[in-house]
Amino acid sequence: MTQLPLRAQLASALGRSAATLSRMTGRGDGSVIGGRVGLMLEPDLLRQLARDRKLALVSATNGKTTTTRLITSALLEMGEVATNAYGANMPAGHVSALSQHKGAPFGVLEVDEKYLPEVLDTTGAGVVCLMNLSRDQMDRAAEIWLLAQKWRRALSGKPTHVIANCDDPLVTWGASTAAKVTWVAGGQRWKEDSWSCPECGGPLERKGVDWACRECTFHRPEPQWVLDDDAVIDPRGQRWLLDIQLPGLANRSNAAMALAVAEAFGLPVERALPRLREVTSVAGRYTTVERDGRHARLLLAKNPAGWLEAFDVSDPGSPIILSVNAQGPDGRDTSWLWDVDYRILRGRPVFVTGERRLDLALRLEVADVPFALCASFSEALAMQPPGRVDVIANYTAFQLIRSEFGRAV
Amino acid sequence: MPSDSALRIVWIYPDLLSTYGDQGNALVLEHRAQRRGIETETIHVRSADPVPETGDVYLIGGGEDRPQILAAERLRRDGGLHRAIARGAAMLAVCAGYQIMGSTFGGEEGQPVDGIGLLDISSARGPARAVGELVAEVDAALGLPTLTGFENHMGVTRLGPGVRPLSKTVKGVGNGDGFEGCYAGHVIGTYLHGPALARNPALADLLLSWRVGDLAPLDDTRYEQLRQERLSTVLAS
Repeated sequence: MTQLPLRAQLASALGRSAATLSRMTGRGDGSVIGGRVGLMLEPDLLRQLARDRKLALVSATNGKTTTTRLITSALLEMGEVATNAYGANMPAGHVSALSQHKGAPFGVLEVDEKYLPEVLDTTGAGVVCLMNLSRDQMDRAAEIWLLAQKWRRALSGKPTHVIANCDDPLVTWGASTAAKVTWVAGGQRWKEDSWSCPECGGPLERKGVDWACRECTFHRPEPQWVLDDDAVIDPRGQRWLLDIQLPGLANRSNAAMALAVAEAFGLPVERALPRLREVTSVAGRYTTVERDGRHARLLLAKNPAGWLEAFDVSDPGSPIILSVNAQGPDGRDTSWLWDVDYRILRGRPVFVTGERRLDLALRLEVADVPFALCASFSEALAMQPPGRVDVIANYTAFQLIRSEFGRAV
Repeated sequence: MPSDSALRIVWIYPDLLSTYGDQGNALVLEHRAQRRGIETETIHVRSADPVPETGDVYLIGGGEDRPQILAAERLRRDGGLHRAIARGAAMLAVCAGYQIMGSTFGGEEGQPVDGIGLLDISSARGPARAVGELVAEVDAALGLPTLTGFENHMGVTRLGPGVRPLSKTVKGVGNGDGFEGCYAGHVIGTYLHGPALARNPALADLLLSWRVGDLAPLDDTRYEQLRQERLSTVLAS
């Protein structure tokens, strides 16, 4: 790798010191503050740190952190990888990740959907992985059609190789201006945001997995990779049983995307897949924590599509604790609770907590799902008989539960 | 099969306008009717399908700029909603759906777009996005408790002489003139999601009562707990 200019070296070093200080004083993992310090001293730092590396950017509404982790895990097979493993997914987090692994020939960066155009322009990343787009934190996030439109503009005219999920019509539209696209049939469980054509607004018609606009020519492209239940079929038609440890269909889809990205980096499935199987939890997600004989499995769900995925993973035989907050990172508007179909929980012991438990309580009452209201997560956990319990929480509620168990999960 | 006498709830264009938990308004209406022994039938009308004229309560929700324009075009071309309202059906129009009911609203670039003219209002794009909790006192003629909900829009709505303001804003932006929402006949427009009927069950009962007459009281403990928590939190902030 070529040497960074002196100013960038200094900015990068000071940023790392700030990150260390932040970690040592227990203020956080340091990845945001470190990057901010670096960018303050050298605004061009991200571009300079990205130069001469093979980079993949990973963006979607759901599954960014997990897919970033899976791709990273695979690429470690080939050498050192710089990555923002803890979800600091804006430029400060990217600077911090690349600074910490200056010699890494590879980088895998989770990127906030809104920041993708800017980060792509700055880094000139060779590979972009796009999985899904659905409604999420509407009080602060951009409308998703506008997001997809910005992706189109950013990808147009660049040599970037895009790996995109062609089962999501909006992602397909967002990716289709790229010079080179590898389409992955990764599935789409949440369909409520893709009934109309992103190109012309006409109704989208679906037949099985296929979809096409009734009024214009926009249609599902032919996939090169196909997720087929618990296996992936590669572009040569070979079927690979995934057998990953992360649970649920959404993670098998993430794994399919990761395999396609790995191949774009020149890493064949037979070398990438064993690496994906080593991943057991991602920043606390899917981890089981134990207290007084209660084994609580932690599932993060931030929006309606995420709740569907969490229900898919959840064990119908276990009681379930639901925790909902509405702080800034969660979105302050809880109306999305009404987009989730909670009737699937009927018949299970359900416990409701979190700062906005009364919103969720009314939602469940209207869905005729009986539940117990609990003042805190600890109270909800103490109400369980010893044994397994599933926990679904949105972002800050999840982090709060994680921190009760020392975040070491 | 629901009988002919079932209360028909018609949700208009969930494929275009259903961004903010709008389904909740339909679920609350169903639930409150059914708990009183009133049978319901809920019809989801996709934008490619005709709007039935024989519904009792019509709902239309919020959405992005482009689907809003498409919805207005299709409703005008279809005419079913106009005929239903002329027959006395009740309606709750929320956010983008509220703006559509007027003569004009602001499009993607702020350009005026024709509405469908069911309410004497006109909307335009305002200077800033109004996002947050809203509290408002409802027009005394309707006899409803304080309105609570969440707004998220860039619209400014001017009311004409053919409508009355639904409420006077205590907290939040609403129409942009100190009032929130409006009503005329059995048509109510509001910027509130939350959804509005989950946060304001009396508003749900008003819509139901317009079609079925007097309603038996319900145990509204959960609704009241949520309302009190929201109102006390929002008014204290």
